[in-house]
Amino acid sequence: MINWNVILGIAKTHLLTKMKSTATATLGVTFGIGAYITLVSFMTGLNGMLDDLVLNQTPHIHMYNEIRPSPNQPVALYDDFKEAFNVVHSIKPKQNQKKIHNALPILNYLKKQPNVKGATPQLRAQIFYLSGSIELGGNLIGVDILEEVRLSNIQDNIVEGTPEALNNNDNGILLGAGLADKMSLSVGDRVQVSTVAGNIFPLKIVGIYQSGIAEIDNIQSFANLKTVQRILGEAENYVTDINIKLLNIDEAEPMARRLEKQFNIKAIDINEANAQFETGSDIRNLITYAVSITLLIVAGFGIYNILNMLIYEKMKDIAILKATGFSGRDVQLIFMSQAVIIGLVGGVLGLLIGFFLSKVIDQTPFETEALPTISTFPVNYNVLYYVIGITFALISTFVAGYLPSNRAKKIDPVKIIRGT
Amino acid sequence: MKLVLETKNINKHFYKPKDFHVLKDISFGVKEGEFASIMGKSGSGKSTLLYVLSTMDTDYTGELYLGNELITGKSHQELSRIRNKHIGFVFQFHYLLSEFSVLENVMLPAKKLGEKSHVQIEQNAREKLEMLHIGHLAEQRASRISGGEKQRVAIARALINDPTILMGDEPTGNLDSHNSENVFTIFKNLKENQGLSLLVVTHDEDFAKRTDRIIEMEDGKIFKQ
Repeated sequence: MINWNVILGIAKTHLLTKMKSTATATLGVTFGIGAYITLVSFMTGLNGMLDDLVLNQTPHIHMYNEIRPSPNQPVALYDDFKEAFNVVHSIKPKQNQKKIHNALPILNYLKKQPNVKGATPQLRAQIFYLSGSIELGGNLIGVDILEEVRLSNIQDNIVEGTPEALNNNDNGILLGAGLADKMSLSVGDRVQVSTVAGNIFPLKIVGIYQSGIAEIDNIQSFANLKTVQRILGEAENYVTDINIKLLNIDEAEPMARRLEKQFNIKAIDINEANAQFETGSDIRNLITYAVSITLLIVAGFGIYNILNMLIYEKMKDIAILKATGFSGRDVQLIFMSQAVIIGLVGGVLGLLIGFFLSKVIDQTPFETEALPTISTFPVNYNVLYYVIGITFALISTFVAGYLPSNRAKKIDPVKIIRGT
Repeated sequence: MKLVLETKNINKHFYKPKDFHVLKDISFGVKEGEFASIMGKSGSGKSTLLYVLSTMDTDYTGELYLGNELITGKSHQELSRIRNKHIGFVFQFHYLLSEFSVLENVMLPAKKLGEKSHVQIEQNAREKLEMLHIGHLAEQRASRISGGEKQRVAIARALINDPTILMGDEPTGNLDSHNSENVFTIFKNLKENQGLSLLVVTHDEDFAKRTDRIIEMEDGKIFKQ
């Protein structure tokens, strides 16, 4: 029979009379948990932001015609050399058109798929931006801008002007921020572009595009699909890329493989395209957890130490409790409940401190050229981290309390009372 | 007369630092309402015997009966309960829990037993304290009262669950003659008024002579009782 009232009463008295030690132990847990919450919220917030920065620019599946050598060289088709060991020197890429064959039917097919949120055609063209006698090499991407706005975060990156302005202007261009800077151009100005073939077209700047990645902003601009088709002198079915956004990102890989087979085209899924990025996120998470767990373990040792000291001090009390009829388990529960109370109070305080610090970080201004959409540090308020935090606080204090309390359980009252 | 406590052939060895046969074939009993004392030189095994009888020391051979019930071989959990309910213990040092008030110290074993309501326990505890003339100290912290008073609080604590037998390990050993006399009077009254059985280990010959029976021990054996 366990009389919790008595046990908790004794535990409470011990904790209150040893206020200093209790406070030290509790603060240990509080700081451990607080630091964990702050760190993990901040780090995952940053991770999420960086992921968004790169991943949201990447479609779930990207389809295009890849320039590559044919895997089956003509000699392999020749029956006479079937058994021979053929060596082919100076293999050249296969002659291939850049445009996607049957792009419009493919688009229609994709749009009808139930798991596809949307599919947008793109036309990537190599062009030169002309500024007086200076030619700047770059890309012009023809897009269906309203679909892009619906499916990607391109709107966040349009720092001046609006997507609608582009849609409404047949000769409009969303100029890369780096380019605008280099050529001292702003919204409303005109810029001349020249195709590789040498045809020159004037375009009106209706907006500035800034992704935050300088390499892109220095070369890339957007225009309407039709505008680019006209600049290149191509037909309306001339599309070089198809970007697909799925409802469920996990289906990206199998779907990409299927599309590759179905349309004999290169399809890259988001994981493939950002493999190294995932690794970066994983490592940052790993570091976050390693630091947090270290903090919590240090807090756990603090509790272990303090309980150990307490049990040394209370040796005689333990003996007398046992002599008057408290069992070893009762004594163990007294000290265990002290540890768990410390863990619970410290843990909850830690969560509050962590939340408070996260709020402070969330309010801290963080403005950088590279991230036009961010004005304060990003923080991730995921409830899961708070649950993990309090769970870990309880587990670590439980373990830290178990070992000393187990010793208290085994104390032989006769030895203590007789002083041997 | 009925025996409240009985031992049959109790033997005990200390193995550290070397084998030492400390209790040799101890067989005796304490009758109901008897005030017995155990005397002997230091090292005669009298305290060791008392701790065996108290059920705290389980490392012995032989049989121990408490009110005709065999105690030997029971689990620690059961022994704790038996100690709680049936045995009151007074030590040479008072061993009060210094963070608790006098009243709480007295109430603790009863709360552990959990057979009565909190109000009832408190009332009982106050009665015991009154009986020992220390009722006015009830709210004091246990660390703030004098040595003689502490020992009386310890006696009140030993009595709170109305035990079958009260054991004392040199309960007057640390007290001046005035307080020793006090404690003796209390014990005597308990025996006479409430029919409590008492078993007290003592050095004090004057104390022992005034008890009902003296059990003398030497070299781990009872040689006179």
